[in-house]
Amino acid sequence: MSKFKKKKDGGIPAVNTAALPDIVFMLLFFFMVATVMRQNTLMIDNNLPFADQVEKLDKKDLVMYIYAGKPSSNYKQYGTEAKIQLNDKFADVNEIASFIAAERASKREELIPFLTTALKVDSDANMGLIGDIKQELRKVNALKINYTTKKGSVFGRN
Amino acid sequence: MSKRAAPEVNAGSMADIAFLLLIFFLVTTTIETDSGINRKLPPMEESDEDVIIKQKNIFTVLLNGKDQLLVEDEIMELKNLRKAAREFLDNGGDKSCDYCRGKKDPTSSDNPDKAIISLKNERETSYKTYIAVQNELVAAYNELRDARAQSLYGKSFTEMEANYKDVNWPGNKEKLKEKIDQIKTDYPQKLSEVQ
Repeated sequence: MSKFKKKKDGGIPAVNTAALPDIVFMLLFFFMVATVMRQNTLMIDNNLPFADQVEKLDKKDLVMYIYAGKPSSNYKQYGTEAKIQLNDKFADVNEIASFIAAERASKREELIPFLTTALKVDSDANMGLIGDIKQELRKVNALKINYTTKKGSVFGRN
Repeated sequence: MSKRAAPEVNAGSMADIAFLLLIFFLVTTTIETDSGINRKLPPMEESDEDVIIKQKNIFTVLLNGKDQLLVEDEIMELKNLRKAAREFLDNGGDKSCDYCRGKKDPTSSDNPDKAIISLKNERETSYKTYIAVQNELVAAYNELRDARAQSLYGKSFTEMEANYKDVNWPGNKEKLKEKIDQIKTDYPQKLSEVQ
């Protein structure tokens, strides 16, 4: 009788997967923390253009979002022309003034001068629509705007 | 009966549950973009008096409906715009600007303080091209400001602005603000848009 048992040659031993849940949880927490819940459900295509001279928009609560682009595939009945979206629904250019007024009313009074309007416009929209939006914003004296863009070079992307 | 340890809970399916949640968050995550080009619109009130600006101090950029670029009455490629704008702004034609490194061409702009870029687009211009042009013009200003900051304070302008915004930056913010303002007055961003 030998003291040491001879090992059975039962093939390759199974890989220990006890640490798998830890890794998965790590990833899970990353995504949970990094996720921002969307404020608005977009009804338009919103493929932002690229630019590299960008500044960060800090203070998210002081930003009003105006979206524009052509209706996405689920909303084909609204046509293919670029449209404006304010707060979950399509809007006309002359509704911008009331939208800005409503946004301003929901903020504290001393913060109103710091409000910025972020224009999230699809890169295929044309400037006529944006010119109209800018004109409306000037009328209601919302002069600080931000053209929201993705970060990247402006060349070589179509 | 001898003491027996409590049986271990089978945690084998924990990974499955975690995977389920992970995939849910993976699918629903959209990384929000929250950066862009800041601009200020001109106020509405019309001023009656006409400001007379010399033609040579205006750098006209025209964008037509087919996304073609006309700069100072010549067709230009987008990639050359940044350099052209830089040369125009940094020209220093009347020799009053001692920090300008331009050609001092008397037929181009007098002074960075007087130089104005005028951008005109048509209704059919695509937004993408418009942003690209805006980006190039802002880049021209930023490059000049960076160079100026580098020679004055040994730091780039973008770095100074980043420091100013950073709450954890240890230096003196008031002094930094003065420096930033100094560079902004040296190269003021005068970008006008024609309606």
